[in-house]
Amino acid sequence: MSLRDDVWRALGTVLDPELDEPITDLDFVASCTVSGEGVAAVRLRLPTFFCAPNFSFLMVADAHDAVSAVEGVTRAEIVLEDHHASQEINGGVAAAAGFAETFTGEAEADLAELRRYFLEKAVIAGQDRVARPLVDAGAGPDELAELTLGAVPASPALDRLRRRRAALGLRDDDAAPLLVHPDGSRVTSAQVPLHLRRARLTRLGIETNGEFCRSFLKTRYADTAG
Amino acid sequence: MYEKDGEKYFVVDSHMHFWDASRENWVQGREEYAKGWIDCFYGYHQLGPPETHWDYEHYLKVSPEDLMKDVFEDGHVDKAIFQSTYLKYWYRDGFNTTEQNGSMLEGNPDKFIVNGRFDPRDGEAGLKQLEEDARRWNLKGVKVYTAEWHENGSRGWKLSDKESYRFLEKCRELGIKNVHAHKGPTIWPLNKDAFAVDDIDQAATDFRDLNFIVEHSGIPRIDDFAYIAVQEPNVYAGCSVVLGALMHARPKFFARVMGELLFWVGEDRMTFGSDYNIWTPKWQIEQFVDWQMPDDEAFADYPRLTTATKKKILGLNAAKLYDIEVPAECQLPTTAGETLQPGQELVEDIAGAQA
Repeated sequence: MSLRDDVWRALGTVLDPELDEPITDLDFVASCTVSGEGVAAVRLRLPTFFCAPNFSFLMVADAHDAVSAVEGVTRAEIVLEDHHASQEINGGVAAAAGFAETFTGEAEADLAELRRYFLEKAVIAGQDRVARPLVDAGAGPDELAELTLGAVPASPALDRLRRRRAALGLRDDDAAPLLVHPDGSRVTSAQVPLHLRRARLTRLGIETNGEFCRSFLKTRYADTAG
Repeated sequence: MYEKDGEKYFVVDSHMHFWDASRENWVQGREEYAKGWIDCFYGYHQLGPPETHWDYEHYLKVSPEDLMKDVFEDGHVDKAIFQSTYLKYWYRDGFNTTEQNGSMLEGNPDKFIVNGRFDPRDGEAGLKQLEEDARRWNLKGVKVYTAEWHENGSRGWKLSDKESYRFLEKCRELGIKNVHAHKGPTIWPLNKDAFAVDDIDQAATDFRDLNFIVEHSGIPRIDDFAYIAVQEPNVYAGCSVVLGALMHARPKFFARVMGELLFWVGEDRMTFGSDYNIWTPKWQIEQFVDWQMPDDEAFADYPRLTTATKKKILGLNAAKLYDIEVPAECQLPTTAGETLQPGQELVEDIAGAQA
């Protein structure tokens, strides 16, 4: 396994916070090279010139942290290209400045709250991904409300949901209930229909946006995108 | 008017533009932004059927004759509502200002409705301008961009801001009753709040006599939007972009989004907008009239669309908002009694069970 593979795997842990998908799957990594001295150079690209700077900042900063943490990497150089705030974001991340500091006078707060907002959405949407097949197979509200993570068949969707719950500080162990509110409290049997209806809608919003982004990236980088 | 299988559809294109993104209009030193903006729109354009794609140069600016042909002659539209977008930060004379849009009224007074705009960060001067515009263009509606950049350095505002309320009160006073808010895909906002839809909730509660049309239906915050719409009777789903970007390119997503909007918002509060000239209206109207929820099991619990549903969305709902006279042959038979939307029932049931 080469160092470059390790760096690529580290980039695979970086999510577009709004789309809840790894930047490697989204084709946002334009190039990734590692020099003999262990300097990792990563170029990132986004679907539009006007992609929101707050999400963009999070991705660049997260990529910087993830790549820096790879054993053998001596320095991480993460560069966001073709973006209206490229200069500020690249400079801010390289200087380890926060978002608010990078955009002095323009942004009101750092992005922890924003990250949390999207993680909560991901945890709600993820419940639809896991529960929908069970609903289709005939599971009713009482049964669903009692269901624990350990009782659900293993699937990539379940793994993903556990990771997002852990990131949000919610229980992700086998005995934890599958259906929970964003604050981690159990969804009661009476609340199940509305909860699932909403979870499906949240997932749809995220995934529709993802479709837009993929399509714009393809148009924008028609010559190079796969 | 569009006629198909003996049914007559009165069409109100409630969200369209007459823009100037030509190079001559790019602000010196900010060309990158001006180009970035229209390139982004051009990305959306690609989501329409290939045979409707235009070349880039034509896309930058169409002539008045092009517009009349695309929208009315070929496009089946009876009444078109211009939504003004300024973007003077990087388009010298604005992207499509009230003035620009208004120029189309000359010679075609019965074809268009011109909407104005306001930006609470313009303060007193903005209020005065709104008054003038209202008088000059007989405004019944405005378009607002809460994520728009401002020369004062601000990168966004909220409809629920105190300053914004002064403008909403002015709208009320001037007889402007429709507020179209751009709440769509996240391009451009810097401020972390600029994309959120919760300001609609508060404004709609405090201004019951105004209608809030959430353009692009809040995608990707469609869940937040739907939850507001189900509880606020004066909140509408503007379906611009929903049809244009999804119906052809992502039909399954389109079906789901329509299904959810019908469930949560309901067919009486959804309005068609072509978003011309991102896309032309013709194909959108024709495809939509032919469209039906897929028979697939996965879509089984979404409402089916009736001819009446389509007539409402394509024109009758917007006609009500703007007091547009609808020819008798295009009207629906009056129905007695207003029914709850299914989504509303669900929410109220739960609320009841918790109380």
